[in-house]
Amino acid sequence: MNGVQSPVVQQLREDILSLQGFTPPAPGSRVGLGPVEAAFPNGCFPRAAVHEFLSDTPEESAATSGFLAGLLGCLLPERGMCLWIGRNRQVFPPGLTAFGLTPDRILFIDLAREADLLWAIEEALKCEAISAVVGEVRELGMTESRRLQLAVERSRVTGLLHRRNPRARHALACASRWRISPLASLPEDGLPGVGFPRWQVDLLKVRNGLPGSWQLEWAEGHFQPLATAPRGRWLQTG
Amino acid sequence: MEKRFVSLWFPHLITDWVLLQKPVLKATPFVLASPRHGRMIVSATSAPAAAAGIETGMVVADARVLFPQLAVFPDREGRAGRLLTELAAWCIRFTPVVALDLPDGLLLDASGCAHLWKGELPYLHDLLLRLRQMGYHVRAGMADTIGTAWAVARFRSDDPVVPPGMMDEALGPLPSAALRLPPEVLERLDKLGFYRIESFLPIPASVLRRRFGEVLPRQLSLALGYREEPLKPVRPLEPYFERLPAPEPILTATGIEIALHHLLEALCTRLAREGKGLRKAFFRGYRLDHEIVQLEIGTSRASCHGEHLFRLFDISKLAPEPGIELFELEAPVVEDLLPAQEALWNLNGGKGMREIAELLDKLTGRAGANIVHRYLPAEHYWPERSVAATDSLEDVPGTPWPVERPRPVHLLARPETIQVTAPVPDYPPMLFRYRGEVHRVSKADGPERIEQEWWLEQSAHRDYYVVEDERGARYWIFRLGHYDGPHSEWFLHGFFA
Repeated sequence: MNGVQSPVVQQLREDILSLQGFTPPAPGSRVGLGPVEAAFPNGCFPRAAVHEFLSDTPEESAATSGFLAGLLGCLLPERGMCLWIGRNRQVFPPGLTAFGLTPDRILFIDLAREADLLWAIEEALKCEAISAVVGEVRELGMTESRRLQLAVERSRVTGLLHRRNPRARHALACASRWRISPLASLPEDGLPGVGFPRWQVDLLKVRNGLPGSWQLEWAEGHFQPLATAPRGRWLQTG
Repeated sequence: MEKRFVSLWFPHLITDWVLLQKPVLKATPFVLASPRHGRMIVSATSAPAAAAGIETGMVVADARVLFPQLAVFPDREGRAGRLLTELAAWCIRFTPVVALDLPDGLLLDASGCAHLWKGELPYLHDLLLRLRQMGYHVRAGMADTIGTAWAVARFRSDDPVVPPGMMDEALGPLPSAALRLPPEVLERLDKLGFYRIESFLPIPASVLRRRFGEVLPRQLSLALGYREEPLKPVRPLEPYFERLPAPEPILTATGIEIALHHLLEALCTRLAREGKGLRKAFFRGYRLDHEIVQLEIGTSRASCHGEHLFRLFDISKLAPEPGIELFELEAPVVEDLLPAQEALWNLNGGKGMREIAELLDKLTGRAGANIVHRYLPAEHYWPERSVAATDSLEDVPGTPWPVERPRPVHLLARPETIQVTAPVPDYPPMLFRYRGEVHRVSKADGPERIEQEWWLEQSAHRDYYVVEDERGARYWIFRLGHYDGPHSEWFLHGFFA
């Protein structure tokens, strides 16, 4: 990556990135993830891509839902709409307001059959009128994830797959793989009680980017990196 | 096709209805009365009261003279119209065209309907039997004209059916009041000795007009069918319906698709012209073996988008063997298209709403109707009741989403019992055991007491705590009832992010 590059190669590299859903950052297109966004190519969270979130325990899964809600709050335009597709939903709409997301802008699709899940997510990702789709799906193969990725490349919808307690963790055609786990909060000035939600955000895989780990806090309506947190393990890939 | 009309007469319409509400009155004669010029005038009589000689239009005091134990109830304006409208809607099962005949009757256009009951007598018999089973006194007449049917229903008690073209013979022996004449004309007829219709039937219309004015010859020609009488049906008949006969039986999926395309195009053109969209549609195929196969679709929002509607039909579910000879497309539920509503979501310049509605139709079409949920805040503190599901994509919250109290991101459908160690009353527990795992509480907020809404349900209050364990996971737990109460129990209800 650091070698001598001709302008042609540079141009081609940018073209490939844009074909894969990584658009160069337009002004005001930040999703408010702070330092985490720097891990992505062009330093910009790819919107027209499918992102995968892993969680193993109910606590991690709740943390992931909270993180997704914060992300959606930034992703959704003024009057945008998003779909939350899953089975046996536990998400409690009033709990999302704390993350800057108005719950009446979400359409919850509660399916009864596992077999309909991926089909419904794919159909939703094809719909250009929607801003983002959260899919709570447990198992997912390479082929299916490729189909989802192709769908979003055409429709420019953001796909967020929340894989709760997955058995297999093989590679998928998703743009990134995350793991969000809860961190102990720190109340302000030693006051009693529970502080703002804090998470250990592990970006396990990023296509064409740099995985890493961060500690984020949700305070005053946006993500804030913890000042004391280590910079994370920086890996050179791509 | 020759016209056939049925006139229904409810002689005790309102009192029958009162009897349905209060069956105790069955044996007692009673009347309904309303004040007019400072006197109570009888406006409806029950069958026993009528038998005692009490008529509508009498003063209540006079009626009491005839029958001292008479019960009198106040009457209300417009009740007959409402009752008749209900009965008319019910009668639509006998014919699609039903009209009100105020103050005490209904008119049915039964043309071409009676053969389904294998004849006019069984048709009338079934109609009257069902109405009488409902508790109404009812009489009927059936004839080629509304006037004759009306007359026969009220003035002939033996045979309700007048055969086609026999109006003169049927009307002849009936009194002149059977022609729906105003009282002054009736009075003059009586004075001249014209008690029955047959006595002035042969007189030329010009002579009658000179003597009795325009109304008598007009009513006569209406009853005899020389003049058309308009009928104003309670439900205007204009079905959204298309049909396509096939020149030869259709068996292939391609053929069915072409037929459906044709029908949808015709229907959607009409819907678009009238600014309407369908919410429900039936696609029927009439097979050679006299079976009818049918597909049904529903949409989440009124739509007249042919391509989208076409995709909702699953043609493979239609069994065409041994061949379909006639296709029908019917839209029984149609709503106005509301372009103004697009503005609320403003997605992709207005066409986004349609796309979302079409996506939802596709999803519900395959995975079941009740999978889409959208929530608005409800004004309840009890967590399970704090959101209300809405069917509409357009509703906006009536009240803002509450933010002042912490609410978990995940809520368990049923709170799960936990074992706790809580040494001090009204303090959060020191540790709790959930699914066999011990969590030591390091930080906690609370309690937030939420009382059960006693007018909805009876149970103890809940004291909610937000607790964080040593590993940083945050939970929403509550104690049911008081600390030292008899049923004090602890539950885990949700997870915070």
